[in-house]
Amino acid sequence: MTLYELFSERTRANKPVALATVIDGPNIGAMLLVTPNEAAQGTLGNAELDRVVARDTQGELEAGRTSVRHYGPEGQTTPEDLVNTPTVRVFIDAFSPPPTMVIFGAVDFTSALARVAKVLGYHVLVCDAREVFATKRRFPMADEVLVTWPAPLFAERGAQLTQRDAVCILTHDPKFDVPAVVGALATNVGYIGVMGSRKTHAKRIERLIEAGVTDEQLLRLMSPIGLDIGARTPEETAISICGEIIARRTGRGAPSLRDGDGPIHK
Amino acid sequence: MRELLNDIDRWKAQGKQIAVARVVDIEGSGPRDPGAAMAVNEDGEVIGSVSGGCVEGAVVAEALAILNGDKQPKLVKFGYSDDEAFAVGLTCGGIIHLFIQPLTW
Repeated sequence: MTLYELFSERTRANKPVALATVIDGPNIGAMLLVTPNEAAQGTLGNAELDRVVARDTQGELEAGRTSVRHYGPEGQTTPEDLVNTPTVRVFIDAFSPPPTMVIFGAVDFTSALARVAKVLGYHVLVCDAREVFATKRRFPMADEVLVTWPAPLFAERGAQLTQRDAVCILTHDPKFDVPAVVGALATNVGYIGVMGSRKTHAKRIERLIEAGVTDEQLLRLMSPIGLDIGARTPEETAISICGEIIARRTGRGAPSLRDGDGPIHK
Repeated sequence: MRELLNDIDRWKAQGKQIAVARVVDIEGSGPRDPGAAMAVNEDGEVIGSVSGGCVEGAVVAEALAILNGDKQPKLVKFGYSDDEAFAVGLTCGGIIHLFIQPLTW
């Protein structure tokens, strides 16, 4: 099968697929076809370049992002390694629907989180039952602002949520966040974060157990939400939440790179 | 490119030579995001679009030149700052980078 046939077959099946094409530099026009968790097909003319580009392309596929990246002819990526070598510019054309982030609660933290989520390529949906707060004017960066309760939202969208998607519950109001958690737990969503102090979370756990949530299900909740980076402002908190989402997806414990060893990318 | 597949398959079945142009980068505002694509066959038939109609004519000319010439892929740029601006300028003032490639893969 040609790359075009493979591409066409996967695209028609609505499966994620990406084409990495050299658009400038040696081997212009060379292509690599990348699919999640499978060996890449084709070549850009160098095995190491193929490996590095395939790795980066997997990342772009997960994020649903299309971009141009620069490499050395043997896949070099650090600026020092790129001095005095011809640059290979690679266009990564990723065909996957963007991941979705559902944010419950139209609060100050919501707009900061929606902004950071947009930078990461999410389709951002803000949901709150209070129509005074849940307005497109307050959240212009969100793709959708819905005035509704968690149950109808999950009834409509829950089945579409996958491992790539995230649910962030930022309300501190039990009458809203309990149904939001219960609804999220019934989906395959990859990340469920719930905001609140440890005290708030302890009380919430009691209510969730009353609502029939099991101990095993509780393990899926990231609460208090976010990485322990000392975040205070809504913006810092948004970074801490998104950092946690990335770390959970990649299966990392999120320590500082300086304090570890081994390769930065795997 | 997804939306082009049916027509491309038809052209391929007819044995037509095909070139595909894809938006790879946008500077400033651009009407279509990276990934937007159009395809041109050897008869000059066109499907898809890479802008709001501003540069498509010039892209067809480039694509046919490639198909009738050395068949080498080419990176081209259209935009306000170009000499070509008056001929094919983008009304939005942005610069659009396109990669045009024969569909031989």
